[in-house]
Amino acid sequence: MTERLFTLAVWMSAALVAVVLVWVIGDLVRLGIPHLSLDFLFAAPRDAGRNGGIGPILVSTVLIIGVTLTAALPLGLMAAVWLAEFTTRGHALGKAIRLSLDVMAGVPSIVFGLFGNAFFSIYLGMGFSILSGGLTLACMILPVFIRTCEVGLAAVTDTWRQGAAALGMTRTAAIWHVLLPAASPAIAAGMVLGIGRATAETAALIFTSGYVDRMPESLWDSGRSLAVHIYDLSMNISGGDTAADAAALVLITLIVLFNMLAQWLSDRWLHRRLVA
Amino acid sequence: MLMILSKVSSLSRWNIDRTLAPLLRMAGMMCAAVLILIVLFLLREAWPLLGNGGWVNLFSDDGWYPLEGLYGLLPMLAVSLAVMLGAIMLAGPVGLGCALFLQFYAPPGLRKSFRLLLSLLAGMPSVVLGLWGLTVLVPIIALWQPPGPSLLAAIAVLTLMIVPTMALAGAAALSAVPADLVSGAAALGMSAKSRLLYVVIPAARHGILSGVLMSMARALGETMVLLMVSGNVVQYPHGLFDPVRALTANIALEMAYATGTHRAGLFASGLFLTLLVLVLAWLAARSVRYD
Amino acid sequence: MTNYSESPYTLGSIDEAVACCAPKPQLKVRALSVSYGDRRVLETVSMDIYRGCITALIGPSGCGKTSLLTSINRLTDMLPSARVEGSVCFEGQEILDTTVDTLRLRRRIGMIFQKPNPFPISIRRNLELPLREHGVRKRSERASRAEQALRDVGLWEEVKERLDSSALSLSGGQQQRLCIARALVLEPEILLMDEPCSALDPISSAVVEELILRLRGRYTIVIVTHNLAQAKRVANYAGFFWMTERVGKLIEFGQCQRLFDTPAHALTQAYVDGVRG
Ligand SMILES: Nc1ncnc2c1ncn2[C@@H]1O[C@H](COP(=O)(O)OP(=O)(O)O)[C@@H](O)[C@H]1O
Ligand SMILES: [Mg+2]
Repeated sequence: MTERLFTLAVWMSAALVAVVLVWVIGDLVRLGIPHLSLDFLFAAPRDAGRNGGIGPILVSTVLIIGVTLTAALPLGLMAAVWLAEFTTRGHALGKAIRLSLDVMAGVPSIVFGLFGNAFFSIYLGMGFSILSGGLTLACMILPVFIRTCEVGLAAVTDTWRQGAAALGMTRTAAIWHVLLPAASPAIAAGMVLGIGRATAETAALIFTSGYVDRMPESLWDSGRSLAVHIYDLSMNISGGDTAADAAALVLITLIVLFNMLAQWLSDRWLHRRLVA
Repeated sequence: MLMILSKVSSLSRWNIDRTLAPLLRMAGMMCAAVLILIVLFLLREAWPLLGNGGWVNLFSDDGWYPLEGLYGLLPMLAVSLAVMLGAIMLAGPVGLGCALFLQFYAPPGLRKSFRLLLSLLAGMPSVVLGLWGLTVLVPIIALWQPPGPSLLAAIAVLTLMIVPTMALAGAAALSAVPADLVSGAAALGMSAKSRLLYVVIPAARHGILSGVLMSMARALGETMVLLMVSGNVVQYPHGLFDPVRALTANIALEMAYATGTHRAGLFASGLFLTLLVLVLAWLAARSVRYD
Repeated sequence: MTNYSESPYTLGSIDEAVACCAPKPQLKVRALSVSYGDRRVLETVSMDIYRGCITALIGPSGCGKTSLLTSINRLTDMLPSARVEGSVCFEGQEILDTTVDTLRLRRRIGMIFQKPNPFPISIRRNLELPLREHGVRKRSERASRAEQALRDVGLWEEVKERLDSSALSLSGGQQQRLCIARALVLEPEILLMDEPCSALDPISSAVVEELILRLRGRYTIVIVTHNLAQAKRVANYAGFFWMTERVGKLIEFGQCQRLFDTPAHALTQAYVDGVRG
C-alpha cells in the first residue's frame, strides 16, 4: 500500500512540474499569439509599447549581446586557455583565479547591476548605454564561459599535445591549430550558454543600459533589451500585458533556439570525443 | 655544430611561447580582477552608510524608511528568507520526486523528454515567469484572498523556478550512487520504496543537500519574480497573503531615484545579499566535496 | 606475408635498402638516468645509435623504454616532474643542454607514438601544419612535400581523393602511417618509434613493419617493440632492458642477430626463451 503511494507521489511530482510548465507556456502562447506578427517584430513600439512592435528593442538586444560577446569571448578564452594549459593542480595563482570565478558565478544578477551602474555608467562615464549594459553582462557571463571552455580544453586528449611537441611545434601553434579547434564545440557551447544568460537577463540591465525604447544610434545610447521591455510593459504600463506576452514568446523562442544549439554542439563534441 | 642551437628564426619562435604564457596569465588575472572591482565598488558606494559603524543601523533601525533616514533591512531580509524557505520547502520534495522519477521511474522514452522539459524550465527567463505569475497566478490568488500580489505568489513562482535546479542536481547525485549498492539492497528483498528511501537517498545525501543549497542561493538572489508578484510593500511577513518586499526587489525598485545615503543603503543591502548567497554557494560546494 | 613486390612504394625495394655495415654512431647515450619526482625509472644507460640502422629496444613494460625515447627528443620537458641526467650526444652536440632549441631538435628527431595520434583536422593539414610551423612558406612546396611523404609511406593512392577529409576517418593502420608521414615530411634524421604496431591489427601491423624496413638506410630508427619476432626481422641492433628493484637498466646491447642467437646475459637468454617458449 505505502509502496503504491510512494510510486504515486513520484509520478505526481513529475506530472505536476510538467503540467505547470505546459500551463505557463500554454498561457503565453494563448495570450501572445494574437499580438504576434511580422510587423510586431520590426515596427517601433507605439503608445508606450501597448501597440506597435519591438523592432528597436530587438536591435538594442542584439547590440547589447554583441558588446557582451566582444568583451567576454577573447578575454574568457584567453583565461580558459591559461587555466587549462598553463596551470597544474597545485598552481597558486590558478587556484586563486578559479576561486574568484566560482565566487563571481554566485553573485546575484541585481548586484551585477549595481556594480555596472557604479563602475561603467558612473565611474567610467558611460552613462545609461548599450555599452555599459553589455559590459556588465560580460562580467556576468565570464565565469560560466570560462568554466565551459576550460573543461572542454582539459578534455582534449594529451596525445595531441605530445604529437604537436614531437613535431617541434610551438605550444602557441599547438593551442591555436590543434587544441582550440578540437575544443571548439565546447567553446561554442559555452558561448551559446552565455548568450542565453545574457538574453534572459533583466535585473542587471535596468540600471546600466536603461529603458529608452527608441532605435539606438550608437553604443553610447541607452537601449532597452527585450527582457527589460517585458518587465516594463507588465509592471509600469497598464494594458501592456498582451504585448508583454507576445514579447515573452519571442524571448522564449530565442532562448530555446540558443539552448538547442548548445545541446547540439555539445552532443557533437561528445560524439567526436568517442570517435577520436 | 650550430644546427641545433638557436638561430635567429628559431629564437623568434621561442618568443611566441615566451610571450603567450604571460599574456594569457594577464587575461586570467583580469578576470579575477573583475571580482575585486565588484567588491571594491560595492564597498565604495556603500561606504557613506557603512562607514563609522553605520552598518549597525542596517540591523538596528526600525524598518526601511529612507526619507526619514531609517535603513533597517530586517523586514525585507525576513521576506527574502521566508520566500526562500517557503520555496525550498515546496521545491525540495517535488524536485527530489522529479529526480527519482528521472532516475528510477521514468520509462526510457519519457526520461529524455522529461529531462528536456526540466532544462526548458531551468532556462526560462525569470522575467517571463514573473510575467506569468503577474498575469495568471496573482489574479487567481486575488479571487481567493485579495489583493493578490503576496508572499504566497512569490513562493509559488519561485518554487517553479528552482524545481529544475533541485531536480537536475538531485538526479546527478542519485546517478552517482553505485549500482551494486542498489542491487545489493534488492537482493536483500527490499521493496523499491525502502530501497530508495533507506539506501539510495541516504547514499546521495551530500549531492542532494548541495542541490538544496544551490537552489536556496538561486532563490535568495532572484529579483524579477519577487519584484513582479510580491506586492512590494515593506513589512514583516505576517501571513501568506500579505504583500511584501524582498531585498533584491527593493534594490531594483529604488535604484532609479536613490541618492546619497539612500543609494549607499541599497549598495549595502546588495553587499549583504551577496554575502548570504556566497555562504550558501560555499556550503553547497563543501557538501559535495565531503561526499 | 605481404607481397612486397606489388606495393606502391617509392623508396625502392627492400633489397636495395642500404645495408648497415659501417657502424657510425649518430647518437651517443652516456650514463643516462631518468626520474619522475623521487622515483628513478631508468639508470645509467649507455649505448650508441648507429646512423642508418634500425635499433630495437626490447624488454618488459615499465622498464623505461618510452622514457629513454622521450629523453632523446626532450619530450620529458613537458613533464614537470621528469628529471634526466647523463648525456646524449647528437653529432657532437649535447642534447640535454638547457640551451638547446628543442623545437629544432624535434624537427631533426621525429617520434611515432604507440597510439596513432593524427590531429583532428584534415589529412592535408596534418602534413602541412608542421611544415608551416618550420617556416616552409610556399604553398606549392608544402603540397609537394606532403605528397612525397604520403607516397613514401604508401598512403598516397589510398587518400589522394580525400585529402580534405578528417584524418580521424582513416583506419588505425592508415592513421599510423599518416603519423609516420607527418614525421617524415620534416625530413628528420632520426625516427623514434614507440611500439608503433602494438595498437594495430595484424595486417596493418605488417604493412607498417614493411614500411619501417623501407626506411632503413635513409633514416636512423630507434624502435621499441614487444614483438621479438618483429625485432629480429627489422633490427640491426638490439638493446634489452630489464627492471631490477623497480629501476630499469640496459642489460645487454649488441648486433640484433647476435643478441637473439647467443645472448651474453642470463636475463636476456631467459627473456628471449621465455617469450619464444
Ligand atoms: N609521467 C610520468 N610520471 C610518473 N611516472 C611515470 C611517468 N611516465 C612513466 N612513469 C613511470 O616510469 C616507469 C617507466 O615507464 P616507461 O618509460 O613508460 O616504460 P616502458 O615504456 O618501458 O613501458 C614506469 O614505472 C612508469 O610508471
Ligand atoms: Mg612504453
